[in-house]
Order: sequence, then structure tokens, then C-alpha cells
Amino acid sequence: MNHVRIPGVLIALAASLAVIGCGKKEEPKAAAPAPVAAAPAPAAQPEIIVKIGHVAPLTGPIAHLGKDNENGARLAVDDANAQKIVIDGNVVKFELLGEDDQADPKTGTVVAQKLVDAKVAGVVGHLNSGTTIPASSIYNQAGLPQISPSATNPKYTQQGFNTAFRVMANDVQQGSVVGTYAAKDMGAKKIAIIDDRTAYGQGLADEVEKAAKANGATVVAREFTNDKAIDFKAILTKIKAKNPDVIFLGGMDAVGGPMLKQMKELGITAKFTTGDGGCSPELIKLAGPASEGVICTQAGLPVDKLPNGQKFVADFTSKYGPIQIYSPYSYDAVMVLIDAMKRANSVDPAKYLPEVGKTSYDGVTGKVEFDEKGDIKNGAITVFEIKDGKLVTLKSEGGATAAAAPMPAAAPMPAAAPMPAAAPATEEKK
Amino acid sequence: MDTLLQQLINGLTLGAVYALVALGYTMVYGIIGLINFAHGEVVMIGTMVAFTVIVALAGSGLPPLLVLSIGLAVAVVVCMALGWSLERVAYRPLRGAPRLTPLITAIGMSMVLQNVAMIIWGRNYITFPPMITKHIYSVGGATFTNVQVAIVSLAALVMMALIYLVHRTRIGMAMRATAQNPHVASLMGVDINRVIAMAFVIGSALGAVAGCMVGSYYEIAHYQMGFMLGLKAFTAAVLGGIGNLAGAMAGGLLLGVIEALGAGYIGQLTGDFLGSHYQDIFAFIVLIIVLMFRPSGLFGEREGDRA
Repeated sequence: MNHVRIPGVLIALAASLAVIGCGKKEEPKAAAPAPVAAAPAPAAQPEIIVKIGHVAPLTGPIAHLGKDNENGARLAVDDANAQKIVIDGNVVKFELLGEDDQADPKTGTVVAQKLVDAKVAGVVGHLNSGTTIPASSIYNQAGLPQISPSATNPKYTQQGFNTAFRVMANDVQQGSVVGTYAAKDMGAKKIAIIDDRTAYGQGLADEVEKAAKANGATVVAREFTNDKAIDFKAILTKIKAKNPDVIFLGGMDAVGGPMLKQMKELGITAKFTTGDGGCSPELIKLAGPASEGVICTQAGLPVDKLPNGQKFVADFTSKYGPIQIYSPYSYDAVMVLIDAMKRANSVDPAKYLPEVGKTSYDGVTGKVEFDEKGDIKNGAITVFEIKDGKLVTLKSEGGATAAAAPMPAAAPMPAAAPMPAAAPATEEKK
Repeated sequence: MDTLLQQLINGLTLGAVYALVALGYTMVYGIIGLINFAHGEVVMIGTMVAFTVIVALAGSGLPPLLVLSIGLAVAVVVCMALGWSLERVAYRPLRGAPRLTPLITAIGMSMVLQNVAMIIWGRNYITFPPMITKHIYSVGGATFTNVQVAIVSLAALVMMALIYLVHRTRIGMAMRATAQNPHVASLMGVDINRVIAMAFVIGSALGAVAGCMVGSYYEIAHYQMGFMLGLKAFTAAVLGGIGNLAGAMAGGLLLGVIEALGAGYIGQLTGDFLGSHYQDIFAFIVLIIVLMFRPSGLFGEREGDRA
């Protein structure tokens, strides 16, 4: 038996060594930025390292979207480092600390605390609303600016936190666009709504329900699944019996893909619509031909219409491959943080946080300005249709800001703010 | 009525897959009383291997059915090897250990396999190339595809083969003997190491078949897909009486049907008080009720103390 025990002891030893090793490594890192922000260094232009946290699910069903966000942020950090930005007399070298929250609210808070402990200067993330909202109170307590590139649930910015920002339109706007589009443009009388029971899916589905009802459609079924399910036949069969014109899914592409295929197998002819979580090339890949004719929205402008998008698209695709959904937004989120640091001439969160709120930044996704809650002003919503395996723009709308009431966002809303590409609320079909 | 029929078809397909996976749990448990939590991951590896082979051969011009069969065969072989190594590396050294120790190892192996699969096949969903053209049949308002027919009939075939193996062959007899009493069996000249290894190998082969079914049914695969599937199949095995082959089959089919009916009708039954998000709860309520009246599951025999 001895020979069995020895490896056990060895493993325990190795493990404890590893723990000690990690502890040692962590210490100087954690201590680094603090003195940097305070003490002006003696040399002419010394280099300081500023860490920016990024959180998204890097494992699990929507890891592809998480990686997309992280790559956007990484590209921003690389671009910023290439500029050799000088803040308070120091050349700043930005470092991205990419964390994985597994799209799980509990893990989200653990990771958030980890970033706070690692003394990051600001956070870009998280991806899901369900993780962003609980994490935001941790960042708020630590006084860390947090910019989410993709959490669209309205609650995120309604908590009264001065640290919470987002760079795309929220679900009140998006939901009303989808709901109105389904009821008016698609002429749906009966609509069935499915959500994945996450903060994002449920929140968006609720807004769609309100908007659809406000425009005269009846909600004939409200069904639920979860974000890890792959079998939807039971709920789809139930929906089929109600014979809806349109089915809306509040959920991610990983759910939408198999759901579309199963709809086809069950002979459901209703049109399928979904929000930004399902509006990705991944959905087309997962659903194959079953994705033809899907109507979906993204919070933001189509990539080819992004004011400064061409360079971003070229850089991103050559480095990381095709854009999924929100990498341009995480790129901008990082740039907004850096821009605020530049204006405050400080990398100390306490000092540059007020500047984040005053942001007026021309990013790749358009003009970024925040309202008093931290929502983007005049966030755009774009409606897409999947045709021949591609996302084709149907129309873009500069959504109305705030407006908690389910107002039809299709109402002509001439873009008040100087938002170059959002202004023409044009309809263009290819 | 057509809705009910459709839900039954949905449930039956799902149940056939659960049943095949449940057999893997129940075979191992029946013989050495170990819950092999890594079995779900073996199923996942089976799907992934089949996927890789099918993609590699897709452009070769071979007939689709042959490509599919080769994919299945390779997956079965790889999973058998995997099941054998799992037993050899993770469970055999712990055979004399307290019951909880191999359970923890099993959970550990499950995580290891998941992460290995993530490293090999990436974190993204992979889409199974549709090798068979799906034909949709319609009967009385309910629809089913040829893939569903293939799944249910293949599952039935495999299960019959397994029953034949366990009840009509020498190795099957050795398995039953080991399950009854390993010490006495070894005194009678049964090589229990070999028998236990065989249980893992056969269970894993069934898992590989189930994995290919899941892959071709949903046309989608992911490195974490084995976890939920494994959990559901384990539930099915317990429902039917873990350690009992017929129980695992019945439990799997029953669980599939309960889930489908639960999602379909729970809203109506409770006046929309409970919605379809309670479909999993519905399955577990049935499980609890069954266990209250038959603590060892539907088909479970009363079990003596097992070390």
C-alpha cells in the first residue's frame, strides 16, 4: 500500500507548492498599480501598467460570444498600447485581465471580486445581463467604473450606481422594436413567446410582449426553457397547437439554432424572431437552412454601417476571424475607459470615474454619450433578416432613450444627437 | 389528440436516448456498486469522435449511410477503449476503498474528460453534418422524422442485444455472478477484473451509440453536453431501479415521456400556475413518488448490504 500513499503525499505537496507559488505571484501584481497612480515616477517617461478587467463566459454554450467580446477588448488594448498614451507623465501600458464567468451569476460575482482584489482600473463586461447585474454592485462598492458591451437588461443601469455604464441600447428599446416589428411590419395577430429564464431572455421577452400587445397582437403562448437546453420539442408542440403567426425567442443563439431545426421538423410554419443574443452568424451555422427568413435585432448599427467600422472590421477579422455580435462594443467600451483616463489625466478609478459619465467619444460603433443613468444616448437598434445564410439589414432605428413605457419605437424619431449613421432611419432591402 | 400524440413521439425519442445512457450507469452499478459519473462524458466523447470521423469522410464520396456507420463504429471503439482505461486508471486502484472515494474520482474524471474535450474540439458548438436527408412523416397531425425512427429502432436493437449478452452468454453469466457476490464468483474461477472491465467497456459502447444518436438527432454537439444528459440518464436509472437492466430501459423511456408531457400539459393541469419551466421538477416529482412507494426503483430488487 505504501507505493499508493507516496504519490498522494507528493500531489498534496505539489498542490500546496502551487498555491504558495500563486500567492507569491499575485502579491506584486496586486500592489503594482496602487503606487503607480499616486507617486509620480522620477524618470522622464517611465512606463506604468494599468490593468483593465474583462469578463465574459469563455466556457459553456455561449463561449463563442464571450471570446468575441474579449477579442474586441484585446484589440482595443493593443491599439491603445500602440499609441503610447501618456497619462500624468507616464507612458501607460494597458493590460487586459480576461476572466471567465461561465454565464453564471454566482461565478460572475466571484470573478468580479477577484478583479477588484487584483486592483484593476476599470472593468469591461460582463456579457450576460444575468451576470452583469449582480457583479455591478461589487464594482460599485469598490468604486470601479464598469462598462458592459452587451448586457441589455434595463435593470443594470436602474440600480442608481454611478459606476454602471453600457454602450448599446437596452431591452426596453430593443423589445419595443422587435414587438412592434412583429405586430406591424410582419402583421402578426398571434404571437408565441419563449424565453430562457435568464435576466436577459426574460427581460427582453417581457418588453416584446408589452410592445406586441400595444400594437394589437395577442400573445397566445408564453413558454420557458433554459439556456443549456437542446430539446425544445415539448414546448414547440404546445405552441404549434396554438397556431401562432410569429414565435419570439428571448435567448441566445445556442438555444435558437436547435430550436429552429426542431420547429421545421414539427412542421411549424410561424416566422421566427429573436433579439440580439440570437442575431449572430453562429445562429446561421447552428440552424443551417432552417435559419432562412429569421428576423432578429441587434442593439446597435450593422457592422458595415458603423461610422468608423471599416478599419475595425478589417483589423478584427484578420486577427480573430468573423465578428459574432458585440466585439465592436467591447472595443469601444475599453476605449471609453481609456478616453476618460486621458481626460482626467489619471488612472485612479476614483479620479477618472466622473469623466466616464461625461464621455463624448467617437467610437467604431458611433458616438458614445451616456445619460444620467449610464445608458447610452440614442442607442440604435437594427432589424436583420437572414437571407441566403447571411444577416441582411432591414432597417436601423435610433431608438428613443429611457422611456420605460412600451412606446412604439417605430415612431419617427429624428436623431437629435449628432449620431452620424443613426440619423437616416432608412429602410433598405437587398 | 394530435398534440398528445406528438408529445408522446417527442418523449419516446428522448426516452430511447436516456435509456441507452442509463444502461451504462446501471451495468456498472449492478456489478460493483459504483456510480460512474463520468459516463455522460463518455457519451459526449462518442459524439465528438463520430463527428470528427464523419466530417473527415464527408468529402470522400462514400455513401452517407456508410460514412455514418464508420463514424459510429470508430466512436464505439474509442469509447470502449476510454471506458476500459477509466476503469483501469481511476476505479480499479480504489476498489477496496470506502464507497465515497471512487465517487469523487468519478466526478473528477468527468471534469477531466470535459476539459480534454474542450481542448481538442474547442468551446464552440459544433454542428453535426446532416448525413441523412431528413424525411418528415406526418401521422394524424403529428410529425416524426426518419432519424427518430432510426433512433428508436436502433436503441431497441441494442437493448435486445444487451439482454441476450447478459442472459445467454458465458461473459453475461460471469457478470451476473460477479454482481451477486464477487468473492464467491472469483472462487468459482471467474476473473472479476476482466468482468468489471467488460461492464465498463460494454456500457461505454452503449454510450457511444447514444452519443451518435444525440448528435444526429439534434445535429449539434458541445463539450458540456454530456453533463445534463448524464444526470437525466442517471435519474432514469434510479427511477427504473439502478442495477437492473430492464429497469434502466423502462426508466429512460418513462422519463422521456414524463418530461415531454410535463412540459406540454403542466400549464393546463395547474391553470397556468406552473409553466413549462417546471418540466424538470415534474420529472423529479414522479421520481420522488416512485421512490416513496418503491425505494429501490420500479424494477429494483431489494438489495443486500454491499461493500
